[in-house]
Amino acid sequence: MAVTDIAVVGYAQTPSSRRARESEVQLLVPIVTEALQRSGLDRREVGFTCAGSCDYLTGGPFAFVSNLEAAGAWPPISESHVEMDGAWALYEAWVRLQHGDIDTALVFGSGKSSPSIPAEMWAQQLDPYYLAPLGVDPASLAGIQARALLDAGKATERDFARVVVRNRRNAKDNPNAQVAGDFSVDELLAAPYVRAPLRKHDLPPVSDGAVAVVLARGDRARALCERPAWIRGLDHRIEVHQPGMRDLTTSASTTLAARKAGYDGGPLDVIELSSTFSPQELILRDALGIDADSNVNPSGGPLAANPVMATGLVRIVEVAQRIVEGTASRGLAHATGGQVLQHNLVCLMEGD
Amino acid sequence: MVRFGDMSQPRLVESTLEFPYSRTLGPVVGAFLAGLREHRILGIRTRDGKVLIPPLEYDPQTGDALEELVEVGPQGIVGSWTWVDDPTSKHPLDRPFAFALVTPEGADSAMVHAVDAGSIDRMSTGMRVRPRWRAEPHNMIDDIACWEPTS
Repeated sequence: MAVTDIAVVGYAQTPSSRRARESEVQLLVPIVTEALQRSGLDRREVGFTCAGSCDYLTGGPFAFVSNLEAAGAWPPISESHVEMDGAWALYEAWVRLQHGDIDTALVFGSGKSSPSIPAEMWAQQLDPYYLAPLGVDPASLAGIQARALLDAGKATERDFARVVVRNRRNAKDNPNAQVAGDFSVDELLAAPYVRAPLRKHDLPPVSDGAVAVVLARGDRARALCERPAWIRGLDHRIEVHQPGMRDLTTSASTTLAARKAGYDGGPLDVIELSSTFSPQELILRDALGIDADSNVNPSGGPLAANPVMATGLVRIVEVAQRIVEGTASRGLAHATGGQVLQHNLVCLMEGD
Repeated sequence: MVRFGDMSQPRLVESTLEFPYSRTLGPVVGAFLAGLREHRILGIRTRDGKVLIPPLEYDPQTGDALEELVEVGPQGIVGSWTWVDDPTSKHPLDRPFAFALVTPEGADSAMVHAVDAGSIDRMSTGMRVRPRWRAEPHNMIDDIACWEPTS
């Protein structure tokens, strides 16, 4: 039976920046405090804590342990960590809450890309024999995916630019965005390629940032929040790792995750997609069956701010916040992991 | 009172991360990389008769254990590709090149690899390429140094 009484009741995020002066834990401390304060939950009452981050970004094994300082882990707390986007930390906390013995959880995701060379670092997450030795960077794989879309006749470079124009315009209303403004499609198309057929604006910015969420169940959620953002369905699915063994122009795992999360194709007031490269928004819309005039990425999405390991959890917060504040009743958030949409998570949320 | 050193100056800590193990690559990846030494490209046949490249020990769709290695190529066809104007220090070539999905003749999937075409103008989807072999093989995927246009 689907569990539908777990809700987002508190949240906070840092502005996304190209180079934060603070350490990762220093980014986390104020937003963990803010998310807890927003929900009115005392730190000592948190039943379970789960974090998502990437040791490769920090450059040290077990770097994630120091992030626990932000949770105040003394006296000892019950906690876990995923070497994944914070959206998967939320997934683990959501599963943990279903045990029924606790009714609150704290989740956070954080990443600082600025100390590393992301194009070189991310190649290390790929198959160590067939891909990593070639230094295949995320933008190159996204370029291959983009051309596959063009070759299949599913999109044009103008479509990619339109996605960027809309996201950057939306980002003007998002105080946490890093890239925002009014641009024209023709202006963008005049820019040089960086990974043809992708131009720099088709790529996400390099970002530092963090996000925190408080989850609660049932009556506890109602007590902590006037209008909780109920998680009606949450599912994630993964596809084959080798990019040459699947159709890069579709996202079968997103379609399946959405179905398993209970998304029935009905109306959505807000949709936040982890479309890290502009062509991926077109692929994800298609995979989810979302109309062109839907309210996709009102925050500006990852093209406006991409604090990796927080990016997916930020999508959940952007949807949850609109439900809590009453400007949306039903929304869908998407997170992704791996390369070129290999692994996808869908979170369906509703207000009362 | 305990006093620490001069806290006004940043402290530099150098550390080198290592993975100091040698690994045996098993009957499939090992055979594939050994094949490259002899300028042979090996794929693996799935139960439904398709040939996967690069070869995997298990069928990613069904989980079936796979063992029938099949020689493919050496020529291949470029599926999708992207042009890299400014290679990183980790890329296989130090001049502009393409990353591409290359399907060797006889295979039903593609491998990601580099194509040394000199100029983006020589690249096109569907173009024919052949492997350029590394002079001194070292049992890595870049024993195929890169692929190059056949014409």
